[in-house]
Amino acid sequence: MSAELATGVFSWLRRLGATVTGTVGKLGYASRFLIMVLVLSPHAFRRLHLTLREIYFAGVLSLVIILMSGLFVGMVLSLQGYEVLSRYGAGEQLGIMVALSLVRELGPVVAGLLFASRAGSAITAEIGLMKTTEQLAAMEMMAVDPVARVVAPRFWGGVISMPLLAALFSAMGIFGAYIVGVRLIGIDAGAFWGQMQAGVDFWPDVTNGIIKSVVFGLAVSIISVFEGYDAKPTAEGVSSATTRTVVISSLAILALDFVMTAFMFRGIGA
Amino acid sequence: MSAVTSASDAVFAPARRMDPSAAAIELVDVSFAYDKRPVLQGITMTVPRGKIVAIMGGSGGGKTTILRLIGGQLKPNSGNVLVAGQSVPDLEPEALYALRRRFGMLFQFGALFTDMSVFENIAFPMREHTELNEELIRDLVLMKLHAVGLRGAAAMMPTELSGGMARRVALARAIALDPMLVMYDEPFAGLDPISLGIIGQLIRRLNDALGTTSVVVTHDVYESLKIVDYMYFVSEGRIIASGTPESVRASTDPFVRQFVDGAPDGPVRFHYPAPPFRTQLLADVS
Amino acid sequence: MNRSAIDLWVGIFVTIGLGAILFLGLKVGNLLTLDRAPGYRLEASFDNIGGLKVRAPVKAAGVVVGRVESIRLDTKTYEAVVTMRINQDVAFSKDTIASINTSGLLGEVYVGLDAGGDTAVLMNGDRLAKTQSAVVIEKLIGQFLFDKASEGAKK
Repeated sequence: MSAELATGVFSWLRRLGATVTGTVGKLGYASRFLIMVLVLSPHAFRRLHLTLREIYFAGVLSLVIILMSGLFVGMVLSLQGYEVLSRYGAGEQLGIMVALSLVRELGPVVAGLLFASRAGSAITAEIGLMKTTEQLAAMEMMAVDPVARVVAPRFWGGVISMPLLAALFSAMGIFGAYIVGVRLIGIDAGAFWGQMQAGVDFWPDVTNGIIKSVVFGLAVSIISVFEGYDAKPTAEGVSSATTRTVVISSLAILALDFVMTAFMFRGIGA
Repeated sequence: MSAVTSASDAVFAPARRMDPSAAAIELVDVSFAYDKRPVLQGITMTVPRGKIVAIMGGSGGGKTTILRLIGGQLKPNSGNVLVAGQSVPDLEPEALYALRRRFGMLFQFGALFTDMSVFENIAFPMREHTELNEELIRDLVLMKLHAVGLRGAAAMMPTELSGGMARRVALARAIALDPMLVMYDEPFAGLDPISLGIIGQLIRRLNDALGTTSVVVTHDVYESLKIVDYMYFVSEGRIIASGTPESVRASTDPFVRQFVDGAPDGPVRFHYPAPPFRTQLLADVS
Repeated sequence: MNRSAIDLWVGIFVTIGLGAILFLGLKVGNLLTLDRAPGYRLEASFDNIGGLKVRAPVKAAGVVVGRVESIRLDTKTYEAVVTMRINQDVAFSKDTIASINTSGLLGEVYVGLDAGGDTAVLMNGDRLAKTQSAVVIEKLIGQFLFDKASEGAKK
């Protein structure tokens, strides 16, 4: 009986150990992969149209979802924010509240999450499928490095698109807040923009938001290309890699956001 | 005694060994294992320049692994792989890439780039490795497409092609840079009889017209017998027989016979190794 | 999708993306309005600055005339020294009083400047002589309770 228990515990421990070493090993491989992508990146820029194409797929095709989401998030923030602020007679502060929430947090984070599920999953699926159908192996046999030809342009396409999408999300959100706050609720437009300008600083509020979106872009892009490249070359392998891209990217965005916020806004009150 | 050498003989009697200077590819006593699982054991074979050599065997017998060893995607655990006199496992990445530029490979299902048109697929190796101007690339691509009879399909996307057409486009891409060696991984798999005949004839014609050397990995004996110059039979990681098509047809070797006749049972067993049926049926369920 | 169409779309995308960043900088933030304006520095020391923060506005009669540039503690006097950057075109008399105020109960904390009648004006680097510290609610309440208690004791 106790022997059975011991075996059970041991096998559980072994599984735990295997999971841990597997995860750490994969992290190491992913880091090595990132370096490989960076080293081979000059290729992606020498052949600029390859990267432009990926900006088109990652950025331009994400525009509709980003702009629509930004608009609605801004409108909801405006409704909810006004409801609370007006209790304290601070309804005119709506502009600054919405702008700070969007520029500092919601813009980069929500745009990042949408980007991961719209563009990141597509990148993973595409690379995974190219691997499954031996397109990557074929490239290798043609003496063309698939990391330089396929992975690096997609990586940079994502990295370049993400900050632009986040800025568009924030801008659209503020526009949505303007529609609801000024046009529907009837806050004075001058107060709305004036409070916003007085309370939001380009440095550090806007720049920190941009830094965040750049970091999220790097994280989502490397996760997406890595999961695709590392996918098992089967239909199930590609589908589970796509799911992993969305899950890991989302967690990475939220965790990185916490860490960066802690560093960025800690010193401000000094 | 037929002209087919079999496992019981020495695979190559020294007198029969081809002149090394004429060999495009030589595998010398190559062994390879994935992790601990042995895939190839003591493979020795020679592919003479300008000839078509088939590597035959059942599924999962390590045939594709041989191609990967020749292409340098895998390294043997022991033995050596010589391509054009160079030892592939010892090549630096730069040299390996330089060597691969002289290879063409036809993958099992074509492996066409799905995000490019037929034209761009064939232009791909030219664009990557040469500085040819657009006009020249266009002419070359149309020539290659004409050779496989698909000049009219240049603007199509790979998803619009039938299996046989995709295979022909992939073949045109494999010969885009006039390689010295073309490797075919299961070129006949999953094709209708007409496409099968077309691909077989194309392999033979292109090989002779371009003066390349070809290695065909396949389990299709019937088609291979019609086009190849020499065949190796691989089973369970070993070469168990080899010979010219004529000698293979006339062979009495049980393995070769089973393969050529397509008999379900023979040296290659129908049953996967298992304890005797009777014992297993009568055994306690627990 | 041919190459020139992709180029066009990517061009549009990058342009409106950069436009959005510019919008965030100019219309939402205050990239140009305050930081570039030429100005001079004034110092003021307070017993207590309450919730004053760097970049808080400096106002005279409710009009923003500058920003708080830095806040430090003078370890000799244990007073807070606030450095303000005042717009060049606004001059204040020597006897100006600086005070720390709050706009509304929950509003932002700012430095208020009340100009006096002196004809001499403050120059770059001058220190304001008179200041009025922040009102700290806890202290007020404590004071109030203390007074009540002492009143009770007298009776």
